[in-house]
Amino acid sequence: MSVSKSKKSRFKFPKSPTGIQGLDDITMGGLPKNRPTLLLGNTGCGKTILAMEFIVNGIVLYNEPGVFMAFEEKTDELVVNVKSLGYDLTRHIEENKFYLEHVQITRDDNLETGKYDIEGLFVRLRQAINKVKAKRVVLDSLDTLFYGFDARILRAEFKRLFTWLKEKNVTAIITAEIGESFLTRQGLEEYVADCVIVLDNRVSNQIAVRRLRIVKYRGSLHGNNEYPFIIDESGVIVFPLIMEGLQQKASSKRISSGIKPLDEMLGSQGFYVGSSILISGTAGTGKTSIAAAFASSVCRAKKRCLYCAFEEAPNQIMRNMRSIGINLEPLIKSGLLHFYFSRPTLQNLELHFIAIKRIIKETKPTVVILDPITNLMTEGPNSDIRSMLTRLVDYLKTEQITVMFTAAITVGSIERNPSDEGISSLVDTWMMVQDIELDAERTRSLCVMKSRGMEHSTEVRRFTISDKGIGLKTIGGNSLSGSKRYAKELENLSTSKEPNAFKESART
Amino acid sequence: MTMSKKIRGKVNVKVEPEANGEKYMLQLFVTGILPNSTRAIENINAICEKYLEGRYELEIIDIYQQPALALSENIVAIPVLIKKSPLPEERLIGDLSNRERVLKGLHLT
Repeated sequence: MSVSKSKKSRFKFPKSPTGIQGLDDITMGGLPKNRPTLLLGNTGCGKTILAMEFIVNGIVLYNEPGVFMAFEEKTDELVVNVKSLGYDLTRHIEENKFYLEHVQITRDDNLETGKYDIEGLFVRLRQAINKVKAKRVVLDSLDTLFYGFDARILRAEFKRLFTWLKEKNVTAIITAEIGESFLTRQGLEEYVADCVIVLDNRVSNQIAVRRLRIVKYRGSLHGNNEYPFIIDESGVIVFPLIMEGLQQKASSKRISSGIKPLDEMLGSQGFYVGSSILISGTAGTGKTSIAAAFASSVCRAKKRCLYCAFEEAPNQIMRNMRSIGINLEPLIKSGLLHFYFSRPTLQNLELHFIAIKRIIKETKPTVVILDPITNLMTEGPNSDIRSMLTRLVDYLKTEQITVMFTAAITVGSIERNPSDEGISSLVDTWMMVQDIELDAERTRSLCVMKSRGMEHSTEVRRFTISDKGIGLKTIGGNSLSGSKRYAKELENLSTSKEPNAFKESART
Repeated sequence: MTMSKKIRGKVNVKVEPEANGEKYMLQLFVTGILPNSTRAIENINAICEKYLEGRYELEIIDIYQQPALALSENIVAIPVLIKKSPLPEERLIGDLSNRERVLKGLHLT
């Protein structure tokens, strides 16, 4: 007993939360407390913003004053630059919680006449830290020093600086250029920093994606992957691929699909609350109609629904749905139904994700519909889509929000569409709508391909859309169609009493 | 305007110790009694005595004692000698042991 207990209370590495969405997840709590972290990346990949957010969040969220030493940007420029992110640096400075200093390094006006060090910087840093009683420090970026001073001296001084920062009990971020820079070329990161994070801004398929990777984190577990991140008007947001799924709950509550016969197919009760549903099918098979019926039923139960339309404009969807007896307009007016319409090509994938996430946070819907997700596929490689959807599904699950995707698949590949397959393994309930040829008649059909954790019908049903709404009728029985009906009639004529009994049993 | 005229006038004349325009105003920033700093102090004293006798004013500033000046003078490297006048302002970093460079930097060669 005592052994397991001592194991449990193992030393936990103290961390300093960044307050940056996602980054604290992949670092499992933040940056190493009271130690320096090296933040590497090329120009324009977001080092300064990330570092600044670390400081500002420290002040606002954790009551930890901060010092920002800017080597590149002038202080007034920096204040203006980050204002667009909603940071009021001037106020923090007035409250004596923030200290911003520009350390100007010029190439020409330093004539070397002998041995020197950069103790001047230490003195200024010490003064700054004491002034605001800083717990967080940023040096952005150290590379600039190489323009003015001897690299050999600087290397020794940086080592001293990192040790000094540790002694000062501040959590520090030191930024530096990656690759051709002196700092990393000298292999400094390998021994001076306790944590090394690399930022990257890569263009693939003409879409720029920012990525973040933790190269090293002494004494702590961390996520190893490259995580996409974005910088938008609220700052830096990192997307961990799996972390959001950690606290998923599995509800046994049910929610109606809004189509009675469909509910019947799903164990008579509809979907699970908080589950994900995929409706795939070729063009014109009624995917949007099913989604709209679901949305309408949710709103009529006085719950909120977010409808993300990536193909048709909301007005068009409303007009079309009115024609099949689903009136969405009053639901929008009452504020229960919320439309998000965006052309996939307008933004990159991550921005879609974040826009949707933000609306979800604002409107707090019970149900989210994405129609169709296949339109997003034009946006990036399939693996990106999949990872984005995984994260979205995970996020929605933790929030106990039911999500319905529609996916258009191309004719001729109904059974096996690679993209479709990738997504279908991710969802809980998968329904397929398709045009089938039934006894020389083209008919819409619907079948439940899978539905996790519930008894569901394996039947292929005839799926009708009319001005009275959506209907699902059993194929077979009395509603036989076309040539089969004819064949049956013939059969009835030719046979006598006994086979009727056989037919009864066959039907069930 | 008048200042520069004065300077030019005095250059040709033999050094006038109290002449303001000619005077070298030097500031040496150091950090306590660290080796580089003490060496720099020795070096600058020697140079001043030899080349600027009677026409310089040397201020030695310990930024440990006056940290605020490190900021206002934008000090990073230490020791640093700043030639405030005659203009242009000049900065010489290091312990000033390379005399040739120091003299060049102070325009004394």
